[in-house]
Amino acid sequence: MSDTLIRLAGVEKSFVKGKEKISIFEHLDMTIPRGDFVAIMGPSGSGKTTLLNLLGGIDSPTAGEIQFAGERIDSHSERQLSKWRSDHVGFIFQFYNLMPMLNAAQNVELPLLLKPLSASQRKNNVAAALEVVSLSDRAKHFPREMSGGQQQRVAIARAIVSDPQMLLCDEPTGDLDRTVADEILGVLQLLNRELGKTIVMVTHDPAAARYAKRTLHLDKGKFVEREELAA
Amino acid sequence: MSLASQVSAVVSMNVKSIGQRFWPSVSTALAVALVVVVLLSFLAMANGFQKTMRGAGRDDIAIVLRAGSQAELNSGLTRDQVRLIGEGPGVVRDANGDAVISSELYLIVDGVKRDTGTKANLPLRGIGAAGAGLRDGLKIVEGRMFASGANELLVGRALQREFRGFDVGSTVRFGKTQWTVVGAFETGGTVFESEFWADLPVVQSLFNRGAAVQTVRAKMTSPEAVAQLKAYSDNDPRLKLDVVSENAYFADQASGTTNLIAKLGWPLAIAMAFGAIAGALNTMYSSVASRTREIATLRAIGYGGFPAFVGTLVESLVLAAIGGVIGAAAAFLFFDGLSAATLGASFTQVVFQFALTPALMLNGLILGMVIGLIGGLLPAMRAARIPIVAGLAER
Repeated sequence: MSDTLIRLAGVEKSFVKGKEKISIFEHLDMTIPRGDFVAIMGPSGSGKTTLLNLLGGIDSPTAGEIQFAGERIDSHSERQLSKWRSDHVGFIFQFYNLMPMLNAAQNVELPLLLKPLSASQRKNNVAAALEVVSLSDRAKHFPREMSGGQQQRVAIARAIVSDPQMLLCDEPTGDLDRTVADEILGVLQLLNRELGKTIVMVTHDPAAARYAKRTLHLDKGKFVEREELAA
Repeated sequence: MSLASQVSAVVSMNVKSIGQRFWPSVSTALAVALVVVVLLSFLAMANGFQKTMRGAGRDDIAIVLRAGSQAELNSGLTRDQVRLIGEGPGVVRDANGDAVISSELYLIVDGVKRDTGTKANLPLRGIGAAGAGLRDGLKIVEGRMFASGANELLVGRALQREFRGFDVGSTVRFGKTQWTVVGAFETGGTVFESEFWADLPVVQSLFNRGAAVQTVRAKMTSPEAVAQLKAYSDNDPRLKLDVVSENAYFADQASGTTNLIAKLGWPLAIAMAFGAIAGALNTMYSSVASRTREIATLRAIGYGGFPAFVGTLVESLVLAAIGGVIGAAAAFLFFDGLSAATLGASFTQVVFQFALTPALMLNGLILGMVIGLIGGLLPAMRAARIPIVAGLAER
């Protein structure tokens, strides 16, 4: 049990649109061990991003339980979830979601401002995170001065700077060409292998999924097939 | 500490992002600036007028008018009344034992404004021998004092500045009378500078007023002596008079016009402020809309809603403060010291200068900040309540 980082049990998710109730998940069970690298694939509307949002505590299930390291997060308040996310989760988005008015180092520093760290501690952590993604020389560059791949590296540095256990990636290479995408996926694989980060990655791209240890296929709110792949 | 860091980081991001919405931000700041300029122009006008009127008054000079006349123009005193006032208690006497009083006649003559070319009523004051000595800070800045018994005029500097044809040495005609301007005077910008002065007997004679005077100014031994003179007047049935100190008289004369200007200025500025608030709301809503994904990203990272609220509000306040400062600076540059003339309580022109003080400018800045606060409040609440999932889905 100690190896299980995330457990979903009987998770339901639905919302009401007009008079119609739309169900995303009716009864979803899932377990992700610590140190896993899972790719989640599936057609549009299958619930991939909703699942990622539930795992990241930015959306809540209609019913069922979500546990993280044995702790139920589905019953947390908004404030508790904010704190939980800052402690345990790093997000990586398709369009990087960097703050355009901040340079790379300032973007990476954002999660650290939530921690009781001194300015010099924050500076050291930012430098270390940028080092991991090989962008130390771009610390003072603004997003508009960087390529898509570099921006995604900054986003990865921001996701790992406060040393979270889990990285949630929503189409992290969806906006990048193949070569750059492979570089980014290589970085994620490195983070999983070397630093032991548990990674859940939503992707449409089978080539991207091959970097994961296993792939889950989601369709109409259900896992329809499970493949365990050696990366 | 964490909340303070969050708030400071988000505020800094908001302020830095102002440049990304340059033109909407400029238009909001200018709308606030315009409101502040309008308000400050009215307040400067009211303050300048009040300063001009009140600056003229001394508390140890009594003005004596016919009871109920309210203004010099409506007053009239008999020769006996003037004599009795001179004998009153508390009136200063000179070395010869004569009361230091000035009987004065206040008439209306015509003048033409330099800027508009329109005719206006100007006051011509006939003053007694002691009259000039009863005006504080009197300085003849050009020419000389009028000679006793001559058709000579001394002209106030403010009047000379605003109305044409009264240069020293020029000859002017009022009705059938002809006068020579022999000097110009200043009294530190008070209402007296909006007047012509001439020798009282000459004015009485040329305007067929016999021995009539309208007011008496009496130099008193102390400010408290004004009350003694009033009591003396009230107890003598021959003296149905109003006795007030000069500064009380001018304060009363100023209050009507000052209140009117100020009461016009505030509602106008507040009406315009509603327009500026609409502009600020629009700018701040668009700011929040354009930053929805950024705000949602911060929330996903772990930031709370409160920093987003404060950040948006501060952005709005910064725009308002920029507008307020621009407005106050513009009002100072364009209006402070501006000379204008308006109708005073005696139906004659009072020349005054717009006067902006730091306290008035603070009023303008406060109004600007209120616009920023109201204009930023609702967008800030929206920023704090952006649902993370929907915000992240924004493109």
